[in-house]
Amino acid sequence: MAVIKKFSAVKKIQKHLLGIQNLSIDEAKLILDEAKNFIKLNRSVSKKLDLLRGKTQINLFFEPSTRTQSSFELAGKRLGADVMTMNVGNSSLKKGETILDTAMSLNAMHPDIIVVRHQDSGAPNLLSQKVNCAVINAGDGLREHPTQALLDALTIINRKGRIEGLKIAICGDILHSRVARSNMYLLNMLGAEVNVIAPKTLMPNSVNKLGVKRFTNMKEGLKSCDIVMMLRLQNERMAGSFLPSKREYYEYFGLTPDKLKFAKKDALIMHPGPMNRGVEIDTKLADDINVSLVKEQVELGVAVRMACLKLYCK
Amino acid sequence: MKEKYFINARIIDPSQNLDEVGGIIVDPQGKIKAIGKNIKKGNIPAKAEKIDLKGKVLIPGIVDMKVFVGEPGFEYKENFRTLSNAALSGGVTSVVSMPNTSPVIDNVSMVDFILRRGRDKAGINIYPSATLTRNMDGKLMTEFGLLSKKGIVGFTDATKTVQNAEMMSRIMNYASDLDVLVMQHPEDHELSKNRCISEGEVSTRLGLRGIPYIAEKIIIERDLSLLEEYPCRYHISQLSSAKSVEVIKKYKKNGLKFSAGVSINNLSLNENDIGDFKTFMKISPPLRKEEDRKALIQGIKDGSIDVIVSDHKPEDEESKRLPFAQAAEGSIGIETLLSLALELYHNGSLPLKKIVETITYNPAKILKINKGTLKKGSDADLCIFDLDQPWQVDVSKLKSKSKNAAIENRKLQGKVLMTYLKGESVFSLQ
Repeated sequence: MAVIKKFSAVKKIQKHLLGIQNLSIDEAKLILDEAKNFIKLNRSVSKKLDLLRGKTQINLFFEPSTRTQSSFELAGKRLGADVMTMNVGNSSLKKGETILDTAMSLNAMHPDIIVVRHQDSGAPNLLSQKVNCAVINAGDGLREHPTQALLDALTIINRKGRIEGLKIAICGDILHSRVARSNMYLLNMLGAEVNVIAPKTLMPNSVNKLGVKRFTNMKEGLKSCDIVMMLRLQNERMAGSFLPSKREYYEYFGLTPDKLKFAKKDALIMHPGPMNRGVEIDTKLADDINVSLVKEQVELGVAVRMACLKLYCK
Repeated sequence: MKEKYFINARIIDPSQNLDEVGGIIVDPQGKIKAIGKNIKKGNIPAKAEKIDLKGKVLIPGIVDMKVFVGEPGFEYKENFRTLSNAALSGGVTSVVSMPNTSPVIDNVSMVDFILRRGRDKAGINIYPSATLTRNMDGKLMTEFGLLSKKGIVGFTDATKTVQNAEMMSRIMNYASDLDVLVMQHPEDHELSKNRCISEGEVSTRLGLRGIPYIAEKIIIERDLSLLEEYPCRYHISQLSSAKSVEVIKKYKKNGLKFSAGVSINNLSLNENDIGDFKTFMKISPPLRKEEDRKALIQGIKDGSIDVIVSDHKPEDEESKRLPFAQAAEGSIGIETLLSLALELYHNGSLPLKKIVETITYNPAKILKINKGTLKKGSDADLCIFDLDQPWQVDVSKLKSKSKNAAIENRKLQGKVLMTYLKGESVFSLQ
């Protein structure tokens, strides 16, 4: 009898990671599977690999970031890449240099991968058209933050064992949140039921067309949820332009132990950070290791970024 | 100049309700001497020049009511010479130039400059507009009377809107006495500040702050309410949404006298064409939903909308090769205005005569200029085109100095073959 070899199709990935919207379900699963392998490594004593030895990674940050930037930097270093981080703040914009000028001069240094964060939606897309290497979006305007969504998904899988069939609420300033958008796409794609909860002034137009349910109060929105994902509310938006005040927001949309009771008993809390304690989340709740996954999110963030660097760096 | 006989043409002239095969005679002064089906091969004098059009379409030279030139201040984007070349290859013989140049056209000496440059450098008829308010800041009105005497055909703050209702009411009140044309770009600045495309699913997905349709509707409703109190010659430069068409229809039905225009881009494209942040699709007013596009076409059909414009806005590469939110608004389009409008004929959206009316007779009527017609005695500004010739828009071949065409690479049907200005041949397709 002939032996039939089992073989799976060669797993392919696109050239750039610009957003979850451009990702296929297979690609998302491939990244998550790859990331699982790195969780253990990151907890071990010797964390260094030489997978990307000889490769050059440039982190190009047009917008300030602590978490994402350090996470990408560490991820690259643990894989053995040469990592350079550039904070292109206001200075070079003032000099009149455009994003493409910056990109072209970096391109001349032959990087293998560029990680970019920019305040304008679509800036990484523009960049990817002009450079020869892979581009990973580390957050663009209000559009996408794909690696944040991937690390959130990995955190959920790590705790709950799955995403399919879970009910997940995303709560807060949905309008201005790229994290919310990427999460909506990814969690939906992986089979979760997603609720978004926000005051109407912070809800994007036609958000229901992205496959989520809209709620304007916590009681209904959190009902039987497995995961409660809170978003940061920026200071300048609380002072009357979108909302009357901080305390009124906390009253209706701040996550407190009482409001958490609307969700499932074993519901877990997530937050992409940095947190505004006492604005969107009760400070004790945020630190409660039994329900809060905040630290784990940061930890697994490195693993996810290692997976992305490995897969996209060619 | 010899007398010219154009024969065997399908003549469409909505000003005379004409659509027939025939000919026209142009006298040595460049005026139309006669028009009709009796002008044919048999009765041409030997010394006259004969142009056999072999069934091609002949219409009055196109009148484009909204064109950005670039002079003064933005010569690197477009000048009178490049604009004229582009216009003539598109059959456009008369344009209204926008006043948002640098410096802006808000005083008499600037009008002199524009008229002089237009006369010396342009190969088309330039009808300059001036701003409604000084420096377009919406606060103080310009000298409507003196500027009109100098040859200004209309007043507009171009891409800006007079926000203050009191100021607008005074502008209308004052303008009515002088019988000048007020043209408003209807957009509430607060509702459109830092926003760039239509608000909706597409803007949410692209992460761009969208401009709600209400930003346009609210100004139209305000202005039309004011117009009831202060009747004057009032024109809405451009519309983009179905709701605006509804409002206009309602007021027109009630007998209020005003006119409205739409850009060919808003009739031929929708927000989905923005795709992956194509900045050439960033225009003002923004591209909206397919339902809006259809409503605008319906608005032309039923007469709610009077005019189609190219909204020709040249932008250099540096202004467009930027992240979407930072990129400049606008698309070139004067050269492709007719061909793109003919798409609406070929796909059954609009009758040919209606299309011709909105780009010739109607704008001329609103502007009160003696153009856009083939009536006996008028200037022989002519556009002759092949209704069916297929071609593809290749931006490198367009004559405009800037290449920001929203319809880059689009396949079109119908092309201008010849253009005449006052009886002289000024363009002929190679």
